[in-house]
Amino acid sequence: MKFLKFLGVGVFFGIVLVKSEAVSWYRIYEMFKFQSFHMYGIIGSAVTIGLLFFLIAKKLQLKSIEGQVINPAEKDKNYKANILGGTIFGLGWALAGACPGPMYILLGTGVFSILIAIAAALLGTFVYGLLKDKLPH
Amino acid sequence: MMESLLQPWPWYVSGPLIALTMIFLVFFGKSFGMSSNLKTLCSMGGAGKYADFFKFDWKSERWNLTVVLGAIIGGFIAVRFLSDGSIINLSENTITDLNKLGFKNLGATILPPEIYSWDAVLSLKGIAILVIAGFLVGFGTRYAGGCTSGHAISGLSNLQLPSLFAVIGFFIGGLVMTFFILPLIFNP
Repeated sequence: MKFLKFLGVGVFFGIVLVKSEAVSWYRIYEMFKFQSFHMYGIIGSAVTIGLLFFLIAKKLQLKSIEGQVINPAEKDKNYKANILGGTIFGLGWALAGACPGPMYILLGTGVFSILIAIAAALLGTFVYGLLKDKLPH
Repeated sequence: MMESLLQPWPWYVSGPLIALTMIFLVFFGKSFGMSSNLKTLCSMGGAGKYADFFKFDWKSERWNLTVVLGAIIGGFIAVRFLSDGSIINLSENTITDLNKLGFKNLGATILPPEIYSWDAVLSLKGIAILVIAGFLVGFGTRYAGGCTSGHAISGLSNLQLPSLFAVIGFFIGGLVMTFFILPLIFNP
């Protein structure tokens, strides 16, 4: 039962991303070409609402249903890794036209060839795990 | 009402709803991060035998795999029941640029058949594109410590400097691919 709410959030997320067209390769291309406001509007408004939410949550000391005060984890400060890894990710994002969330969602839309990209993404994650200690962080 | 539900949703509806996805997860005591599931799946598959990075209790991440399952179902519902077959309303410049790269019927499907149709995939070039793209996404996201959901949406919302660096990286990579590499790959 406790997993049902997560299933629900996933369904919601999947529908929103398809209806927003953010799962479309074409929209990602258009974004990186700065030829439409669409994707910037999506990301910008999501971040704006998110910012307001965290400000309010902190101010009011809102609690999660688990009873803990909402206090999102700080991201690890590995700036070299953030920018190098981010660049590698960006190359793949613009080529596949999909980041991890959309990859799963696209599978649901019936594009089964995306399984190849998902399998390769798993391999990429695995190889990162093997090389982690040898990479600059 | 039903009509506008079936049409593509404008950014000012979609963006806030994506934020709501994150807010739901935060209220449930979790966080919004889709690429973590790739690490969890590696761990489930026994990757812990090869690298300590994958030695963690993957069962504690089952909630996130459930989100993924839901997302797949959501994708199915959206195209099966909530679409009117609208063509993606791309900008004129994008259409001109992509025509030059040999892409046709722009926006008629979610993904370009030039990359994702089985005809395209079942060639050496086609499969290499998807394998390389997927690999870069999987490797890069873990190296950067998150993807679009974890860094661009959650991290920036929470004013995390590492996330800003990661997003700058996303754009460096994305721009290099779009402006310099795609024209070399798709050269009709």
